[in-house]
Amino acid sequence: MLLIRCPYCEMERPEIEFKYGGEAHLTREPKTATDEEWTDFLYFRDNTRGELAERWRHAVGCGRFFNCVRDTVSDKIVVTYKAGESRPAAT
Amino acid sequence: MKFSLATLARQALRGHQDWPEQWRSPEPKAVYDVVIIGAGGHGLATAYYMAKEHGIANIAVLDKGWLGGGNTGRNTTVIRSNYLWEESEAIYGHSHRMWPGLSRELNYNVMYSPRGHMMLAHGHHDEIAFKRHIYANKLAGIPNEWLTAEQAKAFCPIINIEPGIRYPVIGAALQRTGGTARHDAVAWGFARAASARGVDIIQNCEVTAIRRDASGAVIGVDTTRGAIGARKIGVVAAGNTSPVMAMAGMRMPLESVPLQALVSEPLKPVMSCVLSSNAVHAYMSQSDKGELVIGAGADSYVSYSQTGALHIATATLEAICEIFPILSRVRMLRNWGGIVDVTPDRSPIVSKTAVPGLYVNCGWGTGGFKATPGSGHVFAHLMATGEPNAIAAPFTIERFRTGKLINEATAAAVAH
Repeated sequence: MLLIRCPYCEMERPEIEFKYGGEAHLTREPKTATDEEWTDFLYFRDNTRGELAERWRHAVGCGRFFNCVRDTVSDKIVVTYKAGESRPAAT
Repeated sequence: MKFSLATLARQALRGHQDWPEQWRSPEPKAVYDVVIIGAGGHGLATAYYMAKEHGIANIAVLDKGWLGGGNTGRNTTVIRSNYLWEESEAIYGHSHRMWPGLSRELNYNVMYSPRGHMMLAHGHHDEIAFKRHIYANKLAGIPNEWLTAEQAKAFCPIINIEPGIRYPVIGAALQRTGGTARHDAVAWGFARAASARGVDIIQNCEVTAIRRDASGAVIGVDTTRGAIGARKIGVVAAGNTSPVMAMAGMRMPLESVPLQALVSEPLKPVMSCVLSSNAVHAYMSQSDKGELVIGAGADSYVSYSQTGALHIATATLEAICEIFPILSRVRMLRNWGGIVDVTPDRSPIVSKTAVPGLYVNCGWGTGGFKATPGSGHVFAHLMATGEPNAIAAPFTIERFRTGKLINEATAAAVAH
């Protein structure tokens, strides 16, 4: 089980307190996006083998979404950071 | 060497000293007509049917590890075809109809055992969903039937149908032709039969790059055993499809997650069918060795670690103990994870790509084993002719742009 540090609660808590939210930093422009951009946004993913930026939600804690960089080969968490912040450099 | 009673008698007289290797292990040639990336069941079946039905034998099947060492050797060997939509019924039904003749086809015992696949219903929503599947399957000529709780218990006597349990059994859907096969034997049988037709199986050969010419078409691969030329490349890499396709600059509608399984210590025969329960999430059968083979859930997060968290296995074992109280003291011997590539609609992708000469067969997610012969058969047709047949045609990557999805997310035997 992963131990995940919630950047809002500032506590390391067990994975069962969290819900996974998939790849982070996916964006689209709702008013101007083409079919291809919508397709990409909705369905296509990097599915990175290595360090992946992803979303988690502290579902039974503070309830807030945040982001996390995790190595998908070792499952080791590199860093967690608040929603809206950009991915920390050198991760 | 053809396996037969005469061969067995001859080898017995020689003290079993003369059995040959089951497949050749050649050095890779400089160039092949077709390179398949991934020597699991689907990749080996693709090569076999391309050689047998399309006369293309100049094929290499590459694997970064040993053949059948990925999800082929890690799954719970369930075979069934009770899916909801016509497209799924066509492709899984096609595969299901190939299983009874597969041992004879390959001259290799894949131990196909149509012992029945039963899904327990635990509430009104299960019942109406299962009946919808049963009626849809009947229209498509796929066997599936409704049982009462008492009939389900008669079919699998160790289940608990007491009304007071947390998830009482109110009925079941039974596909009598569902069952299991020996997963390793399927890979070995296809490998042996493909090798006999001239296919080169090259193990411990990891693809590190896909080479393309100025027009963008594929011309070969770089591997840990040197460059290998190819006119066509088929990617059949299951959980590692995304990293392989990224070598050709392609992003995929896939997420790779660990799916867990366990086996118990060997027991005397206690159940003769495959049993699954969607609501409490457990599925189980008993191997010929006596081990209970238990499918657990998938971890929620993307991972390539081939392991998973203990709470997933724990939840499944809690469900097993409730459905089968007789098994509450049984010890588990091993648990493990396989990396499954899951699509947004939980249906596979058997498709051409935007890159000329590059084909992909992936997205079988949590249930690809049952499809091994059919998947290889239709993908061989696609790669050999350049066009999908009627069965494979709906399973394009394009469907995620057109919106013509094949939503089997709620149709799996268990919820993943």
